Amino acid sequence: MENQAYTSIPKEKFAFADKRDISHDKKLETKPRSYMRDAFSRFCKNKGSVVGAVIIIILVLFAIIVPFLTPYAVAYNDTYYVTTLPKNKLFAETSFWDGCEARVDGQLTFMYYYAMGQETGHYAVKNQEYTVDEEGMYHYRLDSYQKTGMIYRNLTNEQYAQLMQYQDETGRQVIYPTIRVSDRPSAIQDQSNANYYYETTGTSRTEIVYDENGNVIPVYWSYKAGTATNDGYTSRMRIEGEDGFIGEDGETYYYTYARRTSSGVEVRVNYYEYYIYYHSYVLQDGITEPYFIFGTTGSGQDILTCLSSGARFSFIFAIVVAAVNLIFGAIYGSIEGYYGGKVDLVMERISDILASVPSMIVITLLKLHMGGSSQILVLFIAFFITGWISMASTTRMQFYRYKNQEYVLAARTLGAKNRRIIWKHIFPNALGTLVTSCALVIPSMIFSETSLSYLGIINLSTGNITSVGTLINAGQSYLATAPYMSLFPSLFLVLLMLSFNLFGNGLRDAFNPSLRGSED
Amino acid sequence: MYMFKYVLKRLGLLIMTFCIIMLMCFTLIKLLPIVVTVQIGQDANIIYRQLEARGYITNVVYDSATQLWSYDTVPILKQLGFYLQRIFQGDFGIGVSMAEYRNQPVWDIFMEKMPPTVLINVYSTLIGVPIGLGLGIFAALKKNKWQDQVISVFIILLISVPSIVLGLIVQYVFCFKLQWFPLTMNSGFDYFTWPMFRSMLPAVFSLCLSSIAGYARFTRAELTEVLTSEFMLLARTKGLTRGQATLRHALRNAMVPIFPMILSEFVLVLSGSLVIERMFSIPGVGRLYLDSITYQDYDFFMLLSGFYTLVGLAAGIITDISYGFIDPRIRMGAR
Repeated sequence: MENQAYTSIPKEKFAFADKRDISHDKKLETKPRSYMRDAFSRFCKNKGSVVGAVIIIILVLFAIIVPFLTPYAVAYNDTYYVTTLPKNKLFAETSFWDGCEARVDGQLTFMYYYAMGQETGHYAVKNQEYTVDEEGMYHYRLDSYQKTGMIYRNLTNEQYAQLMQYQDETGRQVIYPTIRVSDRPSAIQDQSNANYYYETTGTSRTEIVYDENGNVIPVYWSYKAGTATNDGYTSRMRIEGEDGFIGEDGETYYYTYARRTSSGVEVRVNYYEYYIYYHSYVLQDGITEPYFIFGTTGSGQDILTCLSSGARFSFIFAIVVAAVNLIFGAIYGSIEGYYGGKVDLVMERISDILASVPSMIVITLLKLHMGGSSQILVLFIAFFITGWISMASTTRMQFYRYKNQEYVLAARTLGAKNRRIIWKHIFPNALGTLVTSCALVIPSMIFSETSLSYLGIINLSTGNITSVGTLINAGQSYLATAPYMSLFPSLFLVLLMLSFNLFGNGLRDAFNPSLRGSED
Repeated sequence: MYMFKYVLKRLGLLIMTFCIIMLMCFTLIKLLPIVVTVQIGQDANIIYRQLEARGYITNVVYDSATQLWSYDTVPILKQLGFYLQRIFQGDFGIGVSMAEYRNQPVWDIFMEKMPPTVLINVYSTLIGVPIGLGLGIFAALKKNKWQDQVISVFIILLISVPSIVLGLIVQYVFCFKLQWFPLTMNSGFDYFTWPMFRSMLPAVFSLCLSSIAGYARFTRAELTEVLTSEFMLLARTKGLTRGQATLRHALRNAMVPIFPMILSEFVLVLSGSLVIERMFSIPGVGRLYLDSITYQDYDFFMLLSGFYTLVGLAAGIITDISYGFIDPRIRMGAR
């Protein structure tokens, strides 16, 4: 009780307090960890999501860079290089990814391809290598870049002159000796086939005539040196040499390289060389040779270009739609969640009803109504109508969680306006969840866009735009003959979905602070 | 009583939502121009008179000088009246623009297309549920062992591979390379014969693979959570063996969220998968729906839209209600 005698504390017990002695709170010596840094470190601990993120980056880079690197455009197509097999020059000497297919054929078919290589040195039978089994069947690899061989092409006189000039400048032979119309095959389907340049017997060309070395005998159209010819061939590139060849009668002969037609000439060209000439010399569109890393589609489009452009379109489209959905959904959900009560009830009904309309019906109705306008716009509106609702409900949930917390009450007491409370105090809490769901929405959007293109409800392949779904759809009808056509788009889609799934899981865990330290 | 009231309330909401959606669809459809396709050899007069009789158009006049037909469109509200009247008489309309189904009752065609869709989805559920649950339970029991890791990788792969690609793989490997099954489904109506069943199998596989992954993931997540809860420890302390405890306590509790999921899946499968149906040429409802869009046959479109909407809504309500029936602790709609 004696301590309570405050009134009579002896004076000497008091001392002046030195200000320096007052110990303030010590400054924290450890580094503060921000929310983002924390989330990042938690994300990095999850190996799967890091792998996912890396794959996503690679896919995005693929979509951004590749369309600039390939000389082809989406609208490019070629009538001869259709369903051309994928070829990678790194694998050219292996029997994988070399643009060739393994074939087993009888002698007639085999010689058809083998003779191509004999004539031009462009081997349709890979390296002219083959084996014959005991049943007389030929096993060989058919190069899909060379199997077109020769074609007849009608040129005007100017084009003809230009082509000959190209031959002399580059030293690459494009035009080969032509064949007299009467010597061409009599069967209708073979008449315009320029690859039958060799002698055959039998009514339906069933027997091939060989010379003593086992080679086919050409039946080129030739004329005696000194006699008049009207093929107008002035190029130095001649397979018989500058001086012609000596015929059986001891005279010098020259081959005929063109046949006059009413509008110009008809020449027999090697399509591989002609393709190079046409693209590098006439069109000058940057294509130096036929080289399709992922092969071509049934209509002759380059799959690599289509896939990367389609991917680019899908990414841009998905990000734009996700952003629009996020903004609209966030505003809608904020209003719902913050004001609650009657406002919430009415707005919730509206979004409820919209959410229960199957998305297929939304898209169909939109398509029927806006069939004339751009399909991209239809798709955009459809994804917007169905997409923002989940964003809104996420935001709404977060608002219900935070709006009655003490700090919000404190802010209100200090006189903060509604708008300030919404944007400054509550909304940032919802942002993490929203960004995560945004990231997860992107693959599902690409997936549904793919399904819709596949089902043919939306047709995005116009001009220079295509989509992954269109490619898969185009590939399915060639599943039996050219499975690679659907392989590459499918592979892209699988990688995309897989990496986004892994990435999304990691992101969700990373933004969830309650998991802090749970792995350790 | 809670339950009864809650069910009634949900049903009321369902009907209301359904009516609003259908009204929206109807209006939007009727705002479109009427497609009148007169094939060669058909009498245009009959077609226009049919449309007039169905209450779509009125004042049909043929101008023989210009050879053009002119008509007025009936106001949408009036058309809605006619439509409702006909629906209550059980008449859902008649096929107009699809050559296959022209002048046939829409409802009959719809019922004819239901069996393949339903069968394929029922088969896939019958295969998918046991395998999925089994895998999930196994993975949960072997948590963080190599078996669990293998199953987890399998699950994430299957979930990530889109159904289009899955279908393509199944078609390529089983139908084309191995030639175990025909490439597409057989035509005909004898659904319960062996060749028919065999031709359905690729589609069934493609469908059930992804649902297996879904079930397995969900079961594993639920079961691992239950297995770590305290009443499991109590059950073991009481003297139950691990098997007994898992079967009687953990599994029953884990089934609470799983069972409604299976139920809603089962309802949702009625609507089928448009992609799979297209890929394997299954003559089902999905194909009919796609065709009705392509050929703009509005009676088909209305019926099928209604069907899809109803299935979606029903799946939601069944899920919610079944929670209450399975677990007496959950009282739906109670405050």
